[in-house]
Amino acid sequence: MFRATLKSLLARKVRLILSGLAVVLGVMFVSGAFVLTDTLGRSFDSLFADAYAEVDVNVAAKPKLELGEMEGEQLASPFPAATLETVRAVDGVAEATGVVAVDGARLIGSNGKAVTSFGPPQLGGNWTGESDLVRLREGRAPQADDEIVINKGLADAGRVALGDRVGVLTLQPRQDFTIVGIFGYSGDRDSLGGANEVMFTTPVAQQLMLGESDVFSNIVVTAADGVSDDQLRDAVATAVGDGYVVKTGEQLSAEAAAGLKEGLSFFNRILLGFAAVALLVGTFLILNTFSIIVAQRTRELALLRAVGASGKQIIGSVVLEAVAVGLIASVFGLAAGIGIGALLAYLFGNLAGGLALAGVAVPASAVIGAFGVGLVITVLAALLPALRAARIPPIAAMQDVATPDRPLTKVTVGGALVTAIGATLLFLGLGGYAGGSTLATILGGVLFSFIGVALLTPLISRPVVAALGTVFSGWVPGKLGRLNSGRNPRRTAITAAALMVGIALVTGITVILDSAKSSISGLAQDSISAELVIAGAQSGPRPPTFDPAVLDEAKAIPGVRLVDGEYGDMALVGGERTWVGASSEPSALVEMFGATATAGDIGRLGPGQMLISSDAAESRGLSVGSTVPVQLARGEERTYTVTGIYESTPLFGGVTLPAEAARDFAIPQPIQGYIQLEPGVRAADVLPQVEALLTDSPEVSVADRDAFIEQQAGQLDGLLQMIQILLALAIVIAVLGIINTLALSVLERTRELGLLRAIGLRRSQTMGMITVEAVVISVFGALLGVVVGAGLGAAVVEALRDEGITKLVLPWGQMGVFLGLAAIIGVIAAALPAIRAARINVLGAIAHD
Amino acid sequence: MTATTGQPASAAARASDVWKVYGSGEAQVIALRGVSAEFERGRFTAIMGPSGSGKSTLMHCLAGLDSVTRGTVAIGDTTVTGLGDAGLTKLRRDKVGFIFQQFNLLPTLTAKENILLPLSIAGRKPDPAWFDVVIDTVGLRDRLGHRPAQLSGGQQQRVACARALVARPEVIFADEPTGNLDSRSGAEVLNFLRNSVRQHGQTIVMVTHDPTAAAYADRVVFLADGQIVSELIEPTADTVLDTMKKLDTPAEVAG
Repeated sequence: MFRATLKSLLARKVRLILSGLAVVLGVMFVSGAFVLTDTLGRSFDSLFADAYAEVDVNVAAKPKLELGEMEGEQLASPFPAATLETVRAVDGVAEATGVVAVDGARLIGSNGKAVTSFGPPQLGGNWTGESDLVRLREGRAPQADDEIVINKGLADAGRVALGDRVGVLTLQPRQDFTIVGIFGYSGDRDSLGGANEVMFTTPVAQQLMLGESDVFSNIVVTAADGVSDDQLRDAVATAVGDGYVVKTGEQLSAEAAAGLKEGLSFFNRILLGFAAVALLVGTFLILNTFSIIVAQRTRELALLRAVGASGKQIIGSVVLEAVAVGLIASVFGLAAGIGIGALLAYLFGNLAGGLALAGVAVPASAVIGAFGVGLVITVLAALLPALRAARIPPIAAMQDVATPDRPLTKVTVGGALVTAIGATLLFLGLGGYAGGSTLATILGGVLFSFIGVALLTPLISRPVVAALGTVFSGWVPGKLGRLNSGRNPRRTAITAAALMVGIALVTGITVILDSAKSSISGLAQDSISAELVIAGAQSGPRPPTFDPAVLDEAKAIPGVRLVDGEYGDMALVGGERTWVGASSEPSALVEMFGATATAGDIGRLGPGQMLISSDAAESRGLSVGSTVPVQLARGEERTYTVTGIYESTPLFGGVTLPAEAARDFAIPQPIQGYIQLEPGVRAADVLPQVEALLTDSPEVSVADRDAFIEQQAGQLDGLLQMIQILLALAIVIAVLGIINTLALSVLERTRELGLLRAIGLRRSQTMGMITVEAVVISVFGALLGVVVGAGLGAAVVEALRDEGITKLVLPWGQMGVFLGLAAIIGVIAAALPAIRAARINVLGAIAHD
Repeated sequence: MTATTGQPASAAARASDVWKVYGSGEAQVIALRGVSAEFERGRFTAIMGPSGSGKSTLMHCLAGLDSVTRGTVAIGDTTVTGLGDAGLTKLRRDKVGFIFQQFNLLPTLTAKENILLPLSIAGRKPDPAWFDVVIDTVGLRDRLGHRPAQLSGGQQQRVACARALVARPEVIFADEPTGNLDSRSGAEVLNFLRNSVRQHGQTIVMVTHDPTAAAYADRVVFLADGQIVSELIEPTADTVLDTMKKLDTPAEVAG
């Protein structure tokens, strides 16, 4: 039996390659994800081990505000320089250096734009001299207040050189400095993992990065001989007391690496998500291939039964084939995954500029994942066809190959049931009834819906395929192709369903994002009455900022009625971490954003007063006159009194503090500015004047309201594109499926094709016939995908109604493009099978078996 | 030996010194050894011979389905030898009809669509009067809307015959058309083929190994070892059987 299986497998190798390819792609994603995260993880480990190599013990003040991983940058609290003396006096300290190292020093490059790092910190600090890690490549240390040294990576990114006069944005607006030195790191690195560094003299660094004189952000301590890091840490901690956090370099390195790895695991999950989609589509493909092969082997299998093989042996034989395909595909998938993982790691390392990659290794998780997923998926998909094969009666060997259409009742009932389960899960998940497992419930709902619809597809396929095919009815090959595509509803349905998954996901996500975009734009159009907006695109963890002086200067432009600068930061409000805003123009809330008061006075905001939105007030149990303690990133805790409550809108909400509170924000500069003009003044006339004010604030630009809204909404477009590219993979796999189905059908109909050729069908007409069949199947799949995707998207949008997504936007244009694309996909997928069909030897095809 | 009956000008199909050799060296098989034959217009000719005699090969070569190693084949005034795929397709479309032993019809099309398929492929309109004549002759008027799966074997073969006839080809080649039918259905089909020759002047060349079937023909050509060895005009089942017995040399195993 084993021998027979192996023989039949070898005889069918070409057919199995295509379905195996789907598994290869899925497995590639799974193992690639693990290899990538493993490689990058180890690279980060060594990066931070290097960065903290010379730090035996580090002393920092406890932050005023403990922030979580995703809540933004933790602001180092400045502490008095006197602490340095305390530390130096501790026994076992060989050396202690006061250090300023804070994120947020943005160098303005030679093109007039602020250099960004796309993630890694942009450190501003004090130059503490060369070390084993840091070496000057050219120039000297900064001595005067207007001198800086920068790392080579930053100099390259900003296209600046030694001796250049450059602007730097810090806590302060732009100030100009001369580059007197350019430094690199050990191992000939230009940057450490892409981080940019600007080093000032110590007093300037203290002023610009910490906002005070004679303060440090941390102290780096080296141990005297014979003193262990842990001993030193404990000794220093005792000396400096409660207000400080003292850690060894090893601890810091491990923490920093762990933080980045958390980000990586998020990335890993995304890749695994796409692997899941690829594998779902692949499952359809394998199921179909095995079904067709079993159908074609009916006689052979019946013969095996007739000569004494048991049903179990037949199942075993089919499953064994699946195991072999799964194993081979997993091996190739793993190899491809290692390649892809290494390639992505290399690209990432280059993007991050100077991340020295640890060697690529294959973690056990990649191997286990690859084989587990590859085998399980293949065998699961082959199980149904195997069961069907076992039901072939031995008598079938003696009869003509008759595969009558089995009634679709069972499949349809099953499909309806599964669809209902999917819909219920979606309802529970989207309706918020699923509690903690909302995401899992929604994903399960989507999965069940897909499978359910796929099961219902055979029933739908007849009328829809017939309708689609009428386009080709006037043309004989077209008509034949259309009839062929309706011939085996299950086969057509599964092939189309594979394409459906990818297109449904893309359509669904497009519906959600387009609806969100349009709803937000609509809200913004309705509620912002400022004609001009100053804002910038955020490319890292820090929002772009501008010089607060611009606000006053803009106010002075003739025709300007009101100018509002908006600040924002995380703060502890009543002991709870929350986002707070501050506004330079309290009346803007009413005048520019159309807020309506539900209690108190929201038109004014004095020192010590705060405004709050109605839902925030409700959730905190606050009313006008309530007092709330607020701890900002800097300074001491302060008590504010609620003086007004305004109606929440999906766009505005939360806590608003007076302008002077912004001085204690981590970023004490405005993030956005709104300019309202006098009636009759044209925005286009004022815009260039505001533009001129912003030359020293290169991170932001001024735009009229519509352009600003467009910009904001456009941020979703990048996300959409990325998702579309990744989901294109699912569509590629579906194309493989169409090729596979057609190739198998052509094989199956060899005799028929021979007959057609014998009675005068030209080669080109034969190809036309196959192409029409492919186009009908793929357009059918796309149609299903568009409908299912729009349905899922609409369901999600409906569920998000309370979040302010009130408009349902169906991307008709894009949906049309998908259908057109599907037709092209059909033509491409048909190419090889069509050529094969056209080349069929007429005599060979009609000669007796 | 050469079979010569009737005038060369009226031949619907002609083979002149046709050789067909498969393989080379040790494995060489000579299927046809210099066969020359003419098949007159408006006559029903049967080709007979034992297994491996080359009768099917001769028919395939005549119909342009297989190439000849040497010699020439012509259908009407078209020389088949040397035509490319496009030329052969056109020939099959316009001048040749086929009836095979089995799997003759497209399962997706109705009987009527199957019958009209060669015409639709060629983009020609059927002659309605002729179509009616053909349908009535084969007696399928009440079955036109059925698909092949809903027809009996005999009915399917009659549909195949009607399909071959409706295009009025120069010549119809039938390859064991009754091989898969019971004797009654077979007789129906053969009667119908003979009638189409007698009444409508259709030319038919049929390959068969069944003496009863051959007896329906106007003329029987006998092949053995790739050569024409004998022929009968106005055969009966008995005369055919007798001739066959004479030819019955030890059977070779070949296809």
